[in-house]
Amino acid sequence: MEGPLSAVPGTGSGLHGSRCADCAVATYPAGPACPRCGRPAEPIVLSDTGTLWTWTVQRYAPKSPPYLPPAAGFVPFTVGYVELPEGVRVLVTLDILPEDVEIGMPVTITAGDGVPRAGGVAV
Amino acid sequence: MSSEDVLVCGAGITAFARTEASGRHLAVQAVRAALADAGLPWTRVRAAYGGSDAAGNADTLVAELGLTGVPFTNVRNGCATGGSALVSAVNAIRSGAADVALAVGFDKHPRGAFDPRPADWGLDEAYGRDGLMVTTQFFAMKIQRYMHDHGISARTLALVAEKAYGNGVLTPHAWRRKPLDADEILASGMVNDPLTRYMFCSPGQGAVALILCSRAAAREIGGTPVTLRAAVVRTRRFGSFEVFSPWVPPGQPTSVSTDAAQCAFEEAGLGPRDIDVCQLQDTESGAEVMHMAECGFCEHGEQESLIPFGATGIGGSLPVNTDGGCIANGEPIGASGLRQVHEVVQQLRGRAGERQVPGDPSTGFTHVYGAPGVSACTVLTR
Repeated sequence: MEGPLSAVPGTGSGLHGSRCADCAVATYPAGPACPRCGRPAEPIVLSDTGTLWTWTVQRYAPKSPPYLPPAAGFVPFTVGYVELPEGVRVLVTLDILPEDVEIGMPVTITAGDGVPRAGGVAV
Repeated sequence: MSSEDVLVCGAGITAFARTEASGRHLAVQAVRAALADAGLPWTRVRAAYGGSDAAGNADTLVAELGLTGVPFTNVRNGCATGGSALVSAVNAIRSGAADVALAVGFDKHPRGAFDPRPADWGLDEAYGRDGLMVTTQFFAMKIQRYMHDHGISARTLALVAEKAYGNGVLTPHAWRRKPLDADEILASGMVNDPLTRYMFCSPGQGAVALILCSRAAAREIGGTPVTLRAAVVRTRRFGSFEVFSPWVPPGQPTSVSTDAAQCAFEEAGLGPRDIDVCQLQDTESGAEVMHMAECGFCEHGEQESLIPFGATGIGGSLPVNTDGGCIANGEPIGASGLRQVHEVVQQLRGRAGERQVPGDPSTGFTHVYGAPGVSACTVLTR
């Protein structure tokens, strides 16, 4: 099913974003108008590689609902914001262990059927 | 900007500890305490403003206070509920519409973390399903980046909480009144890195009421009034980093706290260096650290050479959160902003008891910050 968070078809893992034609502000998910100047925004496909701007670890199980824990039960997970070349920092869940995560590290984003996920870039 | 001085002539507060009392009951108690403090009967109040986030409508308090016909306006503005009620009461006095006005804030929340729904924030349900509708994650990610950029240590975060619990011990109405040291706070279990369990405040309960008067009305009743030089509320501008944001713009984030603080200082004709005692939003330790700089009290990073040396303690050069702040008092959303004003009023009147700032403080500042990017600040002088 295609939703506002799913990948742009034919682009591999690209996220649906938008960009203002006037002030170049990029957003995610895509929106009809620029949040800065209010003018119409155009859809764009965002880059899938960026750097980690900040992060934390969710050490306790969030309230259910709305949280849907994995079938095997809750385990702490990492979340963060990834800064992309388009000039937007995207909130993601990270497939990186708490002991390995670091501000500034390169990461690759993939769109799925939920919130974007990002993992470390293979060296 | 003011054509008419606004004075705080009465201040009332309830205990912030968990009890069986309803939020409305607490609010009535706070209003009666504020009236008694001012030496005025309820019939003398000409305009009233108040609210809670989760404990009912303020205007229903007239059933207990007395059906005098007073215009009573409900305010519901998240963390700025108290601040917005206060601004409205100030405007009623400045405009001449009332010479005695009430501002009341109260709340009572269920135990545990707040429970927001994605749809209420305009977000896809996936953010809830995937475990991202958690306010504490935001606070953690903001201070994580701040520590990276400005060299703040985890121990400094622990020292902020240690001070809060220490001041709570000295504050009769505080909820947390047991001292905790930095080592215990660091070892209390990570909640969202780098923030541990005892670095956070918890949703709680409490009520605060303030009686504001015009100069003429204050003269009639005597007492020790404190002048409210500025009360402002601001919302975020583009570029800020807020809770539950699927994305944020690049660059150094803008701060609604900076905007509100600057506006309050301009209105008061004073600056951060003139302030003797201040109350800053401390949802968790990191917030107090960042708000010191965002409100103009120090440079970014300078906290690391202030906090570990006691500068923000009651006897320090800039006492911050002398009543233990949200960390020791909990966070009843509707009440917190007015609790801060109540505390500064007590400090400036020299009535803060064991937690009194030495040296006869004559100026104070309060600051609230909350979702989704709102801040309320005040400046008070004796």
